[in-house]
Amino acid sequence: MSDTQIKASADALMRQRSTYKPPRDPVQIIRWTLLAMGAIVMVMPIVYMLSASIKYPHEMFDLNIIPREPTFENYIYVLADGRFIQWFINSLIIATVTTISAVFFDALVGYTLCKFRFRGRYFIFIAILSTLMIPTEMLILPWYMMSLHFGWLNSYWGIMFPGLMTAFGTFLMKQFFETVPDDFLEAARIDGLNEFQIWWSVAMPLVTPALSALAIFIFLGNWTAFIWPLIVTTDSALYTLPVGLTTFSVEQSVQWELIMTGAALATIPTLMVFLLFQRYIIRGVAMAGLKG
Amino acid sequence: MATLTLRNLVKAYGKTEVLHSINLDIANGEFVVFVGPSGCGKSTTLRMIAGLEEVTSGEILIGDRVVNHLEPKARNIAMVFQNYAIYPHLSVRKNIGFGLRTSKMAKADKEKRIEEVAAILSMTEYLDRKPAQLSGGQRQRVAIGRAMVRDPSVFLFDEPLSNLDAQLRTQMRLEIKKLHQRVGTTIVFVTHDQVEAMTMADRIVIMKDGHIQQIGTPAEVFHKPANTFVAQFIGAPSMNMLDARWQGGALHLAGQALPAKLSLPDDTALTVGIRPDDLLVSPGPGVFSGTVSVLEPLGTQTLVYVDIGGREVIAQASGRTPPQLGAHVTLAADLDNMHLFDSTGKAIA
Repeated sequence: MSDTQIKASADALMRQRSTYKPPRDPVQIIRWTLLAMGAIVMVMPIVYMLSASIKYPHEMFDLNIIPREPTFENYIYVLADGRFIQWFINSLIIATVTTISAVFFDALVGYTLCKFRFRGRYFIFIAILSTLMIPTEMLILPWYMMSLHFGWLNSYWGIMFPGLMTAFGTFLMKQFFETVPDDFLEAARIDGLNEFQIWWSVAMPLVTPALSALAIFIFLGNWTAFIWPLIVTTDSALYTLPVGLTTFSVEQSVQWELIMTGAALATIPTLMVFLLFQRYIIRGVAMAGLKG
Repeated sequence: MATLTLRNLVKAYGKTEVLHSINLDIANGEFVVFVGPSGCGKSTTLRMIAGLEEVTSGEILIGDRVVNHLEPKARNIAMVFQNYAIYPHLSVRKNIGFGLRTSKMAKADKEKRIEEVAAILSMTEYLDRKPAQLSGGQRQRVAIGRAMVRDPSVFLFDEPLSNLDAQLRTQMRLEIKKLHQRVGTTIVFVTHDQVEAMTMADRIVIMKDGHIQQIGTPAEVFHKPANTFVAQFIGAPSMNMLDARWQGGALHLAGQALPAKLSLPDDTALTVGIRPDDLLVSPGPGVFSGTVSVLEPLGTQTLVYVDIGGREVIAQASGRTPPQLGAHVTLAADLDNMHLFDSTGKAIA
């Protein structure tokens, strides 16, 4: 076979390959359709929020996604308004401190309940778990009374204290620490580490996926928290973003374009937190040091 | 290096005693292997030596110091675990150096020590890798390196080869033995594999149900087992056990009266133990005869399962000319190598 013939047959083969289409699997089609519908339901509010943030007020109730006269004036207005920056900083401080604190204490308590045997361990665990059954709305009054008596109203501490440790996080971390083999901890004990060092430098790196997931949950929960920050603060300089954004609606009118602009800006940190931690969630590190 | 002494060591969980008065003296630099079936108490003993389990009663001495109430780190021991227990988030270098974290050595000295240990274990080129990038044998070497780096008085190994495949296990067995010859540290090694025990140990401690059955060199426990348990546990395939009776100055075994020199009361029930190596398929006359029920070719030899009057025994035949399945064969036994046990299972000297 000459070179020309070989090339011609190769081309024919490539043409055949490019025109080949595998038969469509109906189950696959249904699956993709359902997923696409779910995605549209999830994404549409965000798309509409972004769309509304670049609209003028008179276009607000048109359902068109691409505005006829797009504008960034809303962003300029919101960012130029010192209050928004202040609320953003408040939210950032509160969500960050609360997340660090909750992840630290939830992991510490979860580890203790999981890896140490002591009298009352089970009772303490059940007591912590049982607080999950109490709705937040029921806790607001006692929290408020505490804040009132201790002078925590209108303070960062007042907003943060209920979330500095969470029952859900403790439960999650306890369950995750169950997957850490005791051999790791015993090896570290023999190597001369004290119990805090074992927790911090051996056990914690092994549950990074759980810590990341917990950090995301807690950060998002605090970033979007509304009722408690609304109740505990009356000074607008201490408002968090969700509380502050509501001040864009006044008695006679609601400035939807500003609310949507604020909301769009408010999603940036949550996206960053997710992008920062999501790679740790999918990385299963715990088993790599054990038998292969 | 140090001696290790266990004095009347007892371990109980609540009212259940799992270790019953263990006594053992391990010499400086000795390689002692604890062997026994699962649940015999060998790992519990090791964990008590390490300080990971509390001692119910008795004493553990490392050197001449009672260490019962000392923290694991204060005992100057190092332990290698069955699951390696090397930290997946740290490199090989950091894993090996982990034991030096609390040491007051200068950083340069620590690095030097890590390099030395890595060189001994042929792991120098893997120092910057993570455990996930290593094979099972290499991970086990890292675990050994982490134990070695602190230069402990006693090494404790808790079934470290159980998770390796057969070939790698043989290789690591040899490496650990060479390592012991090189560093000379006292080693306590726990295994359920009698081949590991026989090949590595200076002395073997055979345990069952929380009791020591026998302590001896590999040759002693093989050739002079203290009881039927040791006789059957040590050696593969297992020793044949046959009921016999001492009567009228002869040993009545499998329907035959065999001459023997024993000073026992007449009509004594006995158990006779014969290792498969001492029971050979013979073309001439033999002690037993029976039908071949199973053949297990091993290359140079073939294991022959022979049914002698309803009782199955394991004998050996040449690997080149094994008998046929179902054939009637006679078995010659070297009666000088027979082991005799009384009705309680204890060896008769």
